[in-house]
Amino acid sequence: MLKKSHYIILIFVVLLMLALLRLPGGTMGRLKLAISGPFVALFGAAGATRELTSHAEDALTPRSELQRQIGELRRQNQDLQLRLQQDSQLWSENARLRAEAGWARQGRWKVKLARVIARDPANWWRSLEIDLGARDGLRTNLPVLTPDGALAGRVLNVGETRSQVILLGDPNLRVAAKVATSGLTNFETGIITANSSAPQEDGMIDMDHLSGNSAAQPGQNVVTWGVGGVFPGGIPIGKIVDTRTTENGLTTEARVMLAAKLGALEEVWVMLP
Amino acid sequence: MNWRPSIFILAAAFLAVFLEASVGVFRHWFGAQIDLLPTLMVYTALTNGFATIVLLAVCGGLWFDSLSLNPLGASVLPLLGIGLLIYRSRDLLLREHVFARVVLGLMAGAAQPLGTLFILLNLGLTPLLGWASLWQWVVLALGGGVVTPLCFALFDRLHRALEYQPVTQTSFRPDREIKRGRG
Repeated sequence: MLKKSHYIILIFVVLLMLALLRLPGGTMGRLKLAISGPFVALFGAAGATRELTSHAEDALTPRSELQRQIGELRRQNQDLQLRLQQDSQLWSENARLRAEAGWARQGRWKVKLARVIARDPANWWRSLEIDLGARDGLRTNLPVLTPDGALAGRVLNVGETRSQVILLGDPNLRVAAKVATSGLTNFETGIITANSSAPQEDGMIDMDHLSGNSAAQPGQNVVTWGVGGVFPGGIPIGKIVDTRTTENGLTTEARVMLAAKLGALEEVWVMLP
Repeated sequence: MNWRPSIFILAAAFLAVFLEASVGVFRHWFGAQIDLLPTLMVYTALTNGFATIVLLAVCGGLWFDSLSLNPLGASVLPLLGIGLLIYRSRDLLLREHVFARVVLGLMAGAAQPLGTLFILLNLGLTPLLGWASLWQWVVLALGGGVVTPLCFALFDRLHRALEYQPVTQTSFRPDREIKRGRG
């Protein structure tokens, strides 16, 4: 049924795809953002529809309920103002002590809010697209946080108006992490990797390369270690669920429940340099 | 060649990839996102020509990969393979039967992720795989089986609504009309 011209087309398509598959990472990332460009209009329309729905819900909310929410927000605002004042004092004290000890000056995090516009359609990766790009000052490897301040992932590819973010739990994202085992100075370090035994559970990840006689216990907090130059230290990752010694007995592995609900993210913070 | 069906199919592929990337209901309920491209390929291979099959595989696959961490082109070759296999044997398939459509959708839905994973693993990549991936594979296959007959019904309706329908031939012929009466 296939003609000679069909075979020529098939060979051409197969060769073209093999060439595309072998493209270097940066070129492929830019090409991907260019190919997915036509989706921008649809993502925009979907976002506008969501906003319209939200406005419609607001219009239908009773006045008494709105007043109750305003009152609650006022109280929260006052509480946060007080905390900010305390934080500013602590911050200046910290800066003075760092200067006296000769440590490097620590800058405040600059963050930008981004809306999640798409998720990875493939079941074997964890990534999403956000509506900020190079135009907004984004570049690759910037840390991405959830609205609660927990680590979500890092920026992988940057387009003019959109960026691709690789999430915790993806096999291609490894994060150096630490567990505060006792007190402030004792901590253990490990590497956060994907949980291969239950890939559909995007709330669970593994922490590998903990020492063989690790004192890590279920319930302890896991935060970023701060080495490697991508993620600053101290960003919450999750809590240890259980631990087990590896077969050779040299290291310990821990299962970590993520602090972030990555499956339900609608907005994220991008940490700018 | 009538390009209208090909344009409809490409538009449907574009919309399908958009829905897969932006609607997370299936992922939330079943733990896996259903892929609609194999379903479209089954429909295309049974009703359209070679050019449309190649266009759907290339455009649909590249659109899918562009929103994913898949390397570009990883979804194209399995889609093309599925399309050509069905196209070559479509005269032998009972394509008007719903059962045949379900089975073809099921097989295409199962074959597409396997083909893509085969390419990814051969490229030395490490996708997220484990025992739970078997469940995701079953969901993808069943999803393909369920959606394929719906896809046929939708396109048939669209076809009836937008294409000229051939005028049905009647058995009436003026030269053979029996004239009654005295005249």
